[in-house]
Amino acid sequence: MPAIDLRLGIDVGGTNTDAVVMDRHDQLLAKAKVPGTPDVTGGIDAAIAAVLQAPGVEAQRITHVMLGTTHATNAILERRQLGRVAVVRIGSPATHAVRPLFGWPEDLRQVVSVGETIVGGGIEFDGRDIAPFDAPALARFLGEVGSKADAVAITSVFSPVSARHELEAEEVVRRELGPIQISLSHLVGSFGLLERENATVLNAALVGVARAVTGAVRTSLRSRGLDPVTFFAQNDGTLMALDYAVQYPVLTIGSGPANSIRGAGFLTGSKDAVVLDVGGTSSDVGVLVGGFPRQSSQGVEVGGVRTNFRMPDLVTLAIGGGTVVNQRGDYVGLGPESVGYRIQQEALAFGGSTATLTDAAVTAGRVHLGTHPIPSSFRPLAGQALALSDQRLGDAIDRVKTSRADCLLIAVGGGSVLLPESLPGVSEIHRPEHFDVANAIGATIAKVSGQVDRIAQIGPGGREEALSKASEEAREQAILAGADPGKVEVVEIEEIPMAYMTNPSLRVRIKAVGDLGTSGT
Amino acid sequence: MKRLLDEATLPPLARGCGVLGTGGGGDPSVGLMMTLQAVGDFGPVPLIGLDELDDEALIMPCGSVGAPTVGIEKIDNGDEGGRLRDRLEAIWQRPVAALMSSEIGGSNGLMPVVWATRLRLPVVDADCIGRAFPELQQSTLELAGISPTPGVMTDERGNLVEFRTQDGFWLERLGRAATVVFGGSSASTEYTLTAGQARSAVVLDSVSLAIRIGTLITQAAEDPVATLIEALPAFKLIVGKVVDVERRTTQGFVRGSALVEGLGPDRQRVIRIEIQNENLVALEGARVLCSVPDLITVLDSETADAVPTERLRYGQRVTVIGFACAPAWRTVRGLDLAGPRPFGYDFDYRPVEELARARD
Repeated sequence: MPAIDLRLGIDVGGTNTDAVVMDRHDQLLAKAKVPGTPDVTGGIDAAIAAVLQAPGVEAQRITHVMLGTTHATNAILERRQLGRVAVVRIGSPATHAVRPLFGWPEDLRQVVSVGETIVGGGIEFDGRDIAPFDAPALARFLGEVGSKADAVAITSVFSPVSARHELEAEEVVRRELGPIQISLSHLVGSFGLLERENATVLNAALVGVARAVTGAVRTSLRSRGLDPVTFFAQNDGTLMALDYAVQYPVLTIGSGPANSIRGAGFLTGSKDAVVLDVGGTSSDVGVLVGGFPRQSSQGVEVGGVRTNFRMPDLVTLAIGGGTVVNQRGDYVGLGPESVGYRIQQEALAFGGSTATLTDAAVTAGRVHLGTHPIPSSFRPLAGQALALSDQRLGDAIDRVKTSRADCLLIAVGGGSVLLPESLPGVSEIHRPEHFDVANAIGATIAKVSGQVDRIAQIGPGGREEALSKASEEAREQAILAGADPGKVEVVEIEEIPMAYMTNPSLRVRIKAVGDLGTSGT
Repeated sequence: MKRLLDEATLPPLARGCGVLGTGGGGDPSVGLMMTLQAVGDFGPVPLIGLDELDDEALIMPCGSVGAPTVGIEKIDNGDEGGRLRDRLEAIWQRPVAALMSSEIGGSNGLMPVVWATRLRLPVVDADCIGRAFPELQQSTLELAGISPTPGVMTDERGNLVEFRTQDGFWLERLGRAATVVFGGSSASTEYTLTAGQARSAVVLDSVSLAIRIGTLITQAAEDPVATLIEALPAFKLIVGKVVDVERRTTQGFVRGSALVEGLGPDRQRVIRIEIQNENLVALEGARVLCSVPDLITVLDSETADAVPTERLRYGQRVTVIGFACAPAWRTVRGLDLAGPRPFGYDFDYRPVEELARARD
């Protein structure tokens, strides 16, 4: 790991791509916000180019790159760019009482799945077979649907206890379909068959999207002769290696909001506040508690699909700077469509023909921008649209608050210029400098993590000793990844008893996180 | 009024069963998925009162037995209940008129629906515990002197065992052994009874109670936890976060403990919850805050959803509550069957409300 010098943070949003450069004292040296492009590559390259050309930034001194994106989440929410997945569950005759993808929104299932099957096999809690793995049945299924699939998602009952049927199935897929993307559930999630299966299927569907983003970043850096250590921000706001993120993109889908909440805290020095991030397409309201995003205690739903990931606890609204405003009979229509990154062509303030919330904010004098005057006939509709968006945002803030008392609100994101001077239930709206790139700053200051996932024998020291040994290893891993040794803490402990082993054993999964050490190594 | 268990009533029923499940009885969210698929495929299930059945009508109490850690992974096939019904009718030489939940807590409050819809049978608005307990003989039907046998158990493969045992304790021991061999879970029926026998032996209206609890927390405008505590009524044992979970799947049970460390006003406090499938005892140091047969439920502090033992995880923000059990369990015989001592604890039961008063 090279000594840390300059860090480049990149946030690929639905509307804009932002980039920042920070030095080892967390001083912001440069920032850029550029409109996205349909293929993401152009936007990423333009944002990187803009900050690297800024005065005071020597590109060769960039040692670390941190990437965060809502791209994967948006792909699921908008059902686009998703890979087509053959969904394989190994567990028959068990598990038929809940079919694969049961409970998914029908439109998402149609887009993602080329077919689902439950084949014989699966593991018992004590490591035995439920039934022998039925390889011929899997081969027949792949023969029927394989040609339509971009990826295969494989989930066996109790694969966290033994992955052998998933690994056998992987071989069958290789034999039948050749070099196709395969996601195995034991590498994606933990106990809870349905949630782990959902996450594995989403993961398989997202691999292409993740490749596009990481490929664009790599290409852009290489074309400038740079080869920094590159990280991807994940759901809990910590960083993981880019290579890992490409294989497990579902672990990154919460990274956007986690980054913006942490970035808002950093920019204001606040430890406790409500954070409102208004983008071009949507707004997220989250809570900063003790300097960290408040996490959901149970698994969250992603695009209507239940998973067992813990992520920042958020309320998301389809309100952003590009949200389309129109008259619908007697009332005002507010989104959910957004002109997104085309705002500078399509919005009224830029000479386009689509009325957006940004145009409403300009009309009301909340912000001054644009190149063209807005017709005065838009004025009444603008007032109604802002009143409605203020009310919806106010309701969302009220939902995440922990007490009835008025709260401090930190407003970030490019679209936060839409906000009024005050909101009900809010004591003060804090609009920090650089609010527009809070996401990218949040990625840059994210913590690094170390993870241990292995079978531990329980010796004479018992379970406590096994756990504390593994915790120490996770801590060392985090330090190896660049964490400041004085600031590493264990944030997740999970143990899976291996009842079938002759010697008492545990599978332990432990995660430790810490700030990047800035003293250099 | 005709009442139906359908896509509208099942989600609140599942949430209510979670609260009454005291951590066990199986994850109600898995039970909910099973019922929603079954009801979608086969149609809604009538929920009937005992008074709608003739005295001689045969009722099949039923549910899943085993370790809840298995239930969230090895989900049922779906046809288990049909095999139980067929065997029972062969034994009794009469039709089964209705299914009834063996225990309302957890997914077991929902399992009869999964099977009843396939069999076109109604479900009775009652159960045999009023919560969830780990062992088969811990049933109000045992207290009422109903015979537990013959009992029938089956697995997802179609293995089926009929038990003719001395009593409920033998059924528990032999049934548990079969369950372990099946792979940690089985579908089970025992304590077969007539509607006439049931009238004074079961916990009445427990399905509708669970639906009411679920509706209440779903619709709570402000603070679902506070709303629930007021309505039950329950006692708040601690507000905090889970800092340690120890859990082993052995002998067909999940055993272990969880530590909850206080937050906010409860900072500096730590309570320990001891688990055998269900939450048995809540201790603060050596002091008992609540114990079986009263109910101890771990709630998500935000949503008031019950957190089943198999889903407890480090870092979860939770509120632990205790509340009173059905009156049958507070009798001498009830405590002999399901009080602290039969679970191996060396202290006498004191009602949760009395323990709470003593703390104030």
